[in-house]
Amino acid sequence: MTLPIPDVAQPSRRALLQTGGGFALAFFLGVGSARATISARPQPGDAELAAREGATFAPNALIRIDREGPVRLVMPNVEMGQGVYTTEAMLLAEELDVGLDQVIVQHAPPIDALYGTPLLKSQTTGGSTTVRANWMILREAGAVARAMLISAAAEQWGVPAAECVTKAGVVKHAASGRSATYNELAEAAARQQTPEKVGLKDPKDFKLVGKPMRRIDSPSKVDGSAIFGIDIRVPDMQVAYVITCPTAGGTLKSVKEDEARKQPGVKDVIRLPHGVAVTAPNYWAAKKAAEALEIEWDHGPNVDFSTEGLFKALDEASRTGKALVARSDGPLDRKGKTIEAVYQHPILAHAPMEPLNAVVHVRPDACEIWVGSQVPTRAVGAAAKLTGLPEDKIILHNQYLGGGFGRRLEVDSVELAVNIAKQVPYPVKMIWSREHDIRHDIPRTAYLDRVSAVVDDEGYPVVWKDRTCGASVPKRWAPQMLRKDGFDADLTECSDELSYDIPAFHVEWVPHDMPEAIPIGWWRGVGPTHNIFKVEGFVDELAHAAGKDPVEFRRKMLTKNPRPLSVLNKAAEAIGWGEKLPPRVGRGVAFASPFGSHVCAIAEVEVSPRGVIRIRRGVAAIDCGPVMNPNTVEAQIQGGLIFGWTMALFNEITFEKGAVKQSNFHDYRMMRLNETPPIEVHIVKNEGPIGGMGEVGTAIAAPALANAVFAATGVRLRRLPLDPRLLADPKAGAA
Amino acid sequence: MLTLNVNGEDRSVEVPEDMPLLWVLRDVIGLTGTKFGCGIAQCGACTVHVDGQAVRSCVLPVGELGDAKITTVEAIGATPEGKKIQDAWLAVEVVQCGYCQTGQVMSAAALLRHNPQPTDEDIDAAMSGNICRCGTYVRIRQAIHQAATGKPVAEQTIAYNLQKGPAQ
Amino acid sequence: MRNLVRIAVAIVVLAAIGIAGLAGYRWLHNDRDVMAADAPASPELVRRGEYLAHAADCVACHQVPGGKPYAGGTPFKLPFGVIYSTNITPDKETGIGTWSDDDFVRALHHGVRKDGRHLYPAFPYTSYTRMSRDDAVAIKAYLFSLEPVHAPAKKNELSFPFNQRWAMAFWNMAFLDARRFRDDPDRKPEQNRGDYVANALGHCGECHTPRNLAFALDDGKEFAGADIQGWRAYNITSDKTFGVGAWTDQQLSDYFAKGHAEGRAAASGPMAEAVEYSTRHLNEGDRNALISYLRIVKAQPGPAGTEIAPDPESLKKSTAWAPPADAAKGDLGRKIFEGACASCHQYDGKGQQTPYAGLAGLRSVNDPDGVNLTMALLQGSDLKDINSGAWMPSFAAYSDVELAAVANYVIGHFSGKQGQVTPEKVAERRKQQ
Ligand code: FES
Ligand code: FES
Repeated sequence: MTLPIPDVAQPSRRALLQTGGGFALAFFLGVGSARATISARPQPGDAELAAREGATFAPNALIRIDREGPVRLVMPNVEMGQGVYTTEAMLLAEELDVGLDQVIVQHAPPIDALYGTPLLKSQTTGGSTTVRANWMILREAGAVARAMLISAAAEQWGVPAAECVTKAGVVKHAASGRSATYNELAEAAARQQTPEKVGLKDPKDFKLVGKPMRRIDSPSKVDGSAIFGIDIRVPDMQVAYVITCPTAGGTLKSVKEDEARKQPGVKDVIRLPHGVAVTAPNYWAAKKAAEALEIEWDHGPNVDFSTEGLFKALDEASRTGKALVARSDGPLDRKGKTIEAVYQHPILAHAPMEPLNAVVHVRPDACEIWVGSQVPTRAVGAAAKLTGLPEDKIILHNQYLGGGFGRRLEVDSVELAVNIAKQVPYPVKMIWSREHDIRHDIPRTAYLDRVSAVVDDEGYPVVWKDRTCGASVPKRWAPQMLRKDGFDADLTECSDELSYDIPAFHVEWVPHDMPEAIPIGWWRGVGPTHNIFKVEGFVDELAHAAGKDPVEFRRKMLTKNPRPLSVLNKAAEAIGWGEKLPPRVGRGVAFASPFGSHVCAIAEVEVSPRGVIRIRRGVAAIDCGPVMNPNTVEAQIQGGLIFGWTMALFNEITFEKGAVKQSNFHDYRMMRLNETPPIEVHIVKNEGPIGGMGEVGTAIAAPALANAVFAATGVRLRRLPLDPRLLADPKAGAA
Repeated sequence: MLTLNVNGEDRSVEVPEDMPLLWVLRDVIGLTGTKFGCGIAQCGACTVHVDGQAVRSCVLPVGELGDAKITTVEAIGATPEGKKIQDAWLAVEVVQCGYCQTGQVMSAAALLRHNPQPTDEDIDAAMSGNICRCGTYVRIRQAIHQAATGKPVAEQTIAYNLQKGPAQ
Repeated sequence: MRNLVRIAVAIVVLAAIGIAGLAGYRWLHNDRDVMAADAPASPELVRRGEYLAHAADCVACHQVPGGKPYAGGTPFKLPFGVIYSTNITPDKETGIGTWSDDDFVRALHHGVRKDGRHLYPAFPYTSYTRMSRDDAVAIKAYLFSLEPVHAPAKKNELSFPFNQRWAMAFWNMAFLDARRFRDDPDRKPEQNRGDYVANALGHCGECHTPRNLAFALDDGKEFAGADIQGWRAYNITSDKTFGVGAWTDQQLSDYFAKGHAEGRAAASGPMAEAVEYSTRHLNEGDRNALISYLRIVKAQPGPAGTEIAPDPESLKKSTAWAPPADAAKGDLGRKIFEGACASCHQYDGKGQQTPYAGLAGLRSVNDPDGVNLTMALLQGSDLKDINSGAWMPSFAAYSDVELAAVANYVIGHFSGKQGQVTPEKVAERRKQQ
């Protein structure tokens, strides 16, 4: 196969890795963009914002110190469970030298220039980028503020700044015995020059960073006082219940509302291009009335779309379609035994626990929005477009997110809410039913991957070829991410760059679009979740074909790569790899380096004679470079694995006649507490570059599980979710 | 007009009898700590106590309640089990996005009331109806054991005085 | 009522064995219809008709979910094709708007349409034939008071020879006992009324009475229980062990009125529909009459092993929130129950949010084959219109192995019996959907 040379003007994959790796989006969004992002120092617009917030001392967009009360920290990213409010507060507070009990956090307003993440060049929380991108800036921001407080004190007391020290929100001068709180100094600090350079703490002096700190948001989340988007209540608000055409892309033909109007409390019946909304003082009244509507749909062009058809088309495209090459290098023409396999990945719904919602009030002069969004500035842009108002008249109040997982990187729900609110004078709280949430997700798409290897005499791969087939998310979501020829790096993230020592690589992607009316979105773990399943499954297959132990096989290929190797070794040691196990019990290993971290997961499963998989134990080792809050690292790996195992065991969205079949947790199942094994997480300390956390566990989960199932049964399942019917023990009768 | 006894207070509400308690609490009375997750008793986010029993309020028509005593997460901290559970939840740092957690706390508090020393199996039996999409199950188990025994069972996070939530 | 397969087969069988004698007998015994001019539709007549239409459960078949009442369209899926119920609104073109009283009565009594073509006995004229002309006319008056709906009949998709309607004439000759209901002087009046409600209107036997070799109702086994659409229509004779003989009047009354009899039964599947559309609309007098009649229906035994287990140990030792401490742990069925079922059904059999979810004492959990239990798991259950909390989603997304395991767990836990549900049996029932 001859290969087009990748456009040299584009950043190389290696460059991408060096920036911290992961979420290819990070780099591409930045290309050619000079936009400002968060900064430790004041930027245009900053002072105005601080003044509006009534801050006495605002050294930058992130810190506010008033004459009294706790220090206010403004969170550039959103809290959706990943613990980012605590981590960001820890970084700011560490260098500012205040305790976490002396701060409160507030949601940042949507302003890319002040709160954008440098890796993404926008105020986006996703791709496990937050800490990687922001951690040094946040520390510096704290240090800048501290320096200004000190210089204010020194000026007042007429002592050298160098003689002043800080501790827990107080500046002290030992020689004169004077001290002042940050509150007392706020006014004077505001008059100080912003320092050009500030010193940062030596990590060994950290009081917060690296310690297992309690999360800032936890108390309010266990006593019910935390406010999520869905909890917002504003005066005169009505609740909207929406019904959307079940067929993707179908439109509203007609609706008879007489019966609905008779229901108690109904305010309005609102027609939308793809559906109808009913408003009433509460969700129940709105739902009852909406269910009484008689709706006729125009089912549109997708009535023939089905999952079955999609996989047929993917298979066909993967055989005959034109490929875009991610990478092609090394001696690809080596001859030898060739092993090939096809892996398949289903369509997935996000199903965050908090169903999508938004409160919107459209007034003639402004539009106010309360929502939990991973992309608040995008939401503002979308609302401006729909209302015709300028962006500065869109006031968005971000909220806690009851899970994001990529779903809240989309603004379709905000758009829908604006479209409803536009038609009524009062504020509208739109809440999706769970059924609506699952049927009208912007789902993760399906993929079909053909992977092959030429192996040497010992069975180690010398040529690695991978051709993935599926649709691209950024094509719609951020076309600027694509290479000039349309190549989307997300499709091969974690499959075109392996830590293993393999001399020749050819990795490519055959685009196969989904119907236009079924937009597809980011899903926790993005490209890596898709690619690692196949890569690590296939590595396992090669090990098996070579008659080698899967851990030993990987070790050999990682000899030149100490960071990954130590992670693999740690996990293997922790689970006691190599122990003898009972029949139909097996362990599976998976290793990868997603999002700039290195991770190894080992699952131990038992497969019943009828094929039911039970996970008995999970072990993970993680090296994410400097650790901010070990407590969060452990939580993210545990939760990420459960998220990934849930997918591998149960999750698939199927379309029939253009409509999603699943609707709620009874048919889109979640792993439950009694199905959850003990999960040990081992942090492998390393001072190397910092890696992401939020998606790492998810990306590594499925291959460990599938490999364990193989070890237990000898059956290699290459399609997710794992089908238990294929795992029944042929030798056993009933179970 | 119905009168409900919520967190020790009588509340008069003008709602149809078939309206689930969940929506009366959230949309009428304004207690939003009780969450909506599925509406079909599959996720547990809406768990409250009715006469001390954990129930799914999303499928409980208010008309059925009579003068039963309803306790929501907002008041569970005033009970000894609720307090123990909430403390353990913080010490073990169970919470991720937190959306399911009020329901988890309510199920766990009910479990502890009935069974002060639950085994892993007891926890399975009582807690598996509560879904956590963030996957906090491992720590839920730990936190319940800790609440029951009073002994730390997992790494404890470092405490400090905590705030209620982001300033609005 | 959806026994067309059997009926069709029966036609063939009958053609072979000869039916002349039987047909002759019928000819002599069947009631002759009185012809009369159309009755004027007074408001009282319409109201009475509405009541009777409910009692006769017309809408269960003549409406599709989400469709207009009485506009028809319900498919009856059969191995050799599909037939659809028809539009019985007064639309002149697509409904029965041009029918006279006589036309309507003839359809109910003889299974013959206005145009003279035979109806398939999916339409239970074999029961309605007992209805009085007056009642039939009232029902028609009610139907004619409705707004006409333009809903062309869906074309039946039957293959030869089942598409030969005329053949039904022979079946009718043999099996249509076209006689009006007559009071039995030996019975109390309410027993007679109950018989009429059960058999002329409610057509209970269409589901609950087993069919004979030629697939007509076996009158000797009235209400002894039968299988229908994958579900088991239970024995509702006066038998104290296998029937409803041990139920109190209150329990029977609750069941008809609310679909639920505490500690006995919660209607699901086709019976939930029958309660929703029909029995709950019966007035107290008719409800009591129905109960008195059930008391005198000849007791019939049921299969050994399906008796209700009195007070199973496992339940006695359970609390609402936990199974007995000594119960087996970690088994698949129990795990699924813990996660997906317990929060509504509870371990002590009483039901959590609603007593409708109480499983103690139900026949479905006392049947080791778990027939209705499996069907409820696969199809869910819906009495939402009666009680907004009385509803269960379908768990068909769970695998056959898991459903079999949870069914057996439920049987074991709630009746103490050993469940016999296998994944293979679940797979078979799944096909009934
Ligand atoms: S919302 Fe009630 S159980 Fe999910
Ligand atoms: S903490 Fe997010 S769903 Fe449980």
